[in-house]
Amino acid sequence: MTALLAAVDWGQIGTLTVSAGLGVDAMVFAMAAMGLNIHFGYTGLLNFGHVGFMAVGGYGVGIAIATWGWNPYLGLVLGVVFALILALLLGVPTLRLRADYLAIVTIAASEIIRFLARSTTLRPWTRGTEGLNEFAGEFYALNPFKATFYDWGPFFFTGNNLFIILIGWGFTLLLALLIWQLMRSPWGRVLKAIREDEDAARALGKNAYWYKLQALMLGGAIGGIAGMLQVIAKSTVQPDTFQPVITFFIWTVLILGGVGRVWSPIVGSMIFWGLLALVENVLRQFVTEGFIPPSIMDQNQVGIFRFMAVGIGLMTLMVYRPQGIFGSREEMALDAR
Amino acid sequence: MRRLRSLEDNPRRVAGLMMLIVAVLTAVPFPALGQEDPTQGVRVKLSFKDEAGETQPAVGVGVIVTTADGTELGAGVTGDDGEFVLATDTGPMTVSIDPSTLPEGVSLRDTEVTSRNIVVDTGRVAIALFPLQVGDGPIDTGSNITARQVLQLTLEGIKLGLFLAMGAIGLSLIFGTTGLVNFAHAEMVTWGMFAAFVAEGAATAVGLGGTKTGTILFASIAAMLVGGATGYLLDGAIFSRLRKRGTSLIAQMVVTIGLGILARYVILYFFGGSSRFFKSVSGQSAMRIGLVEITPSDLISVGLSIGVLVLVGLALQRTRIGRAMRAVADNRDLAESSGIDVQRVIRLVWVAGGALAALGGVFLGQADQVQWETGTRILLLIFAGVTLGGLGTAYGALVGCLMIGLGIQVSTLWIPSELKNLGALFLMVFILLIRPQGILGRKQRIG
Repeated sequence: MTALLAAVDWGQIGTLTVSAGLGVDAMVFAMAAMGLNIHFGYTGLLNFGHVGFMAVGGYGVGIAIATWGWNPYLGLVLGVVFALILALLLGVPTLRLRADYLAIVTIAASEIIRFLARSTTLRPWTRGTEGLNEFAGEFYALNPFKATFYDWGPFFFTGNNLFIILIGWGFTLLLALLIWQLMRSPWGRVLKAIREDEDAARALGKNAYWYKLQALMLGGAIGGIAGMLQVIAKSTVQPDTFQPVITFFIWTVLILGGVGRVWSPIVGSMIFWGLLALVENVLRQFVTEGFIPPSIMDQNQVGIFRFMAVGIGLMTLMVYRPQGIFGSREEMALDAR
Repeated sequence: MRRLRSLEDNPRRVAGLMMLIVAVLTAVPFPALGQEDPTQGVRVKLSFKDEAGETQPAVGVGVIVTTADGTELGAGVTGDDGEFVLATDTGPMTVSIDPSTLPEGVSLRDTEVTSRNIVVDTGRVAIALFPLQVGDGPIDTGSNITARQVLQLTLEGIKLGLFLAMGAIGLSLIFGTTGLVNFAHAEMVTWGMFAAFVAEGAATAVGLGGTKTGTILFASIAAMLVGGATGYLLDGAIFSRLRKRGTSLIAQMVVTIGLGILARYVILYFFGGSSRFFKSVSGQSAMRIGLVEITPSDLISVGLSIGVLVLVGLALQRTRIGRAMRAVADNRDLAESSGIDVQRVIRLVWVAGGALAALGGVFLGQADQVQWETGTRILLLIFAGVTLGGLGTAYGALVGCLMIGLGIQVSTLWIPSELKNLGALFLMVFILLIRPQGILGRKQRIG
């Protein structure tokens, strides 16, 4: 057994795990989870369609640049504007609904967006299932890392990747500081009051509906920025990358870190993607080395197993540690009625 | 996750009946491939419907198969049966056809899609679909609507609505009795579908059932048993305990999301991403009844689902336990204080809901295909039906699903069929906004 375990390249697995924890996916999900944290963690809104905000953000920047030939900075603005419009469209009518109804409406909205984006009706703008490709170049023209590859010890990034990761994480940190300050402000305290007891907040003369709408817009805009970062990092925007399951991954990231804490989306996302990479690469090597016979698991099934692990992880977290790593159980009873 | 997207464009039977003259891959079950065919590779079958409605193979069409990085693996033309098969390694492939070699007067329905990306799994034949039509350009479906189309789509709508209702009743009753929105319920439908698929294979292998009808009947009953047992286990092992611990409904809802993800990928893990068919019923040709057409298996499914739904209704109205279910759904505290064993009732709702969803899955699998993503695809339709009818009521779920099914199918008279599900989602959002308690629901405090 020891000899067999020695055959596995643990160094490489460690490198891949750390890279995944710092990589594009971790950065995008940290940002998206920060938006969801404002919705659910601070205000108690059950948003099950967060991927919809990412989609409109991504398509905003894609359509503006690739289809309409706008200036890339205007494209970024359009992505945020799209996310804000979506938040208004969703929020104005539904924020009066019960929490679980809001959940169903938001997940439906995210699917409506995906269906529309992949439809032939909107093909002139979105190019259907193939998606848009020619928009990221103008951002990468600003990339100061001109070399194709950079490596530090075992770590290895392409120049473009390094650029977007640094910008993305930098922006994520800035946003985290901003949210930290916001939530200490009177405005943030009202949000938390609404989460704890909406009626009490209303009784104190706060317009709960308007505060909830503001929270939905702020979190939605951050989700839109996450979507923009994702499509720029991958240089493509395709409808089927915005499946509902992405929303649930963001939920897992948020719950893993701890709902209602400033740093939890960042740490949660790093751990989530690191763990996924760890599980995947350990299993891949086990399969390659023959510890796991192909009748039980082949390379294809390793990828699927990761998703099964997410499902199990989400259930176990919710049952045994709903406050995640950083949260406090008292503050976050997770009953967003 | 995205690798089977190409199969999702599989045109439905409706499309063909709407005079969209399409070529559909004939429903050939996988293991039934002929001797000369490889067991792993790529397969293209091109056919179209001529003016008489007969399916004709498209012969002599150029096909090229390349790997993801553009290396050509093989090329050729479709044979007399309109088929082109190539044995390949596993992995992502691109299959392209040459539209200029199509038979005269035949064109691609989607003129821009001349290539499809597919993934070849170990031991599977991946299929690339290219819908064909007689004539050029998109066929105008908006102008001449005939009575026959309307009737046919109504029938399709009722069919879809009934099948959705099988899944929706359990969802609605679980919500009614416990307040839990079960995001994993649609996976129970997929679960039952695959249980039946396995049972069908087993029955065929040991020669049980004898006839095809017997085999599929056996498979359906097996699926219901598995579905019921799953419901029992889920409530017993997870949700009854969470209720006892006082876990909030929101937290329980997140648990169902995790459960749904787990169930979906367990199915994908063991069965792979390819679409399957129930061998006992595949390849049936549609019968004509009056102005409408339906396959015998679908006709039986529709009859059976009506029968089962009537039985459920009778059970809810007439039997002691059925009344207890409605009482718990209506007012749990009152029911409990009048001596009803609420936990037992809830357990039974889970069992019945699981069994019904499984049967719905068998029907859906017969009408369409056996596919791991079915649950994801119908989850929101079931939600739409349930919220439309009124969350928590059994009859509401039935009425709502019928309306959703009809809405989806009949709306294809005016809107492109790729957008037909959107109407259902919009309807759901709209209903939630103007009448959140649904059509048959009772008004309660909202918000």
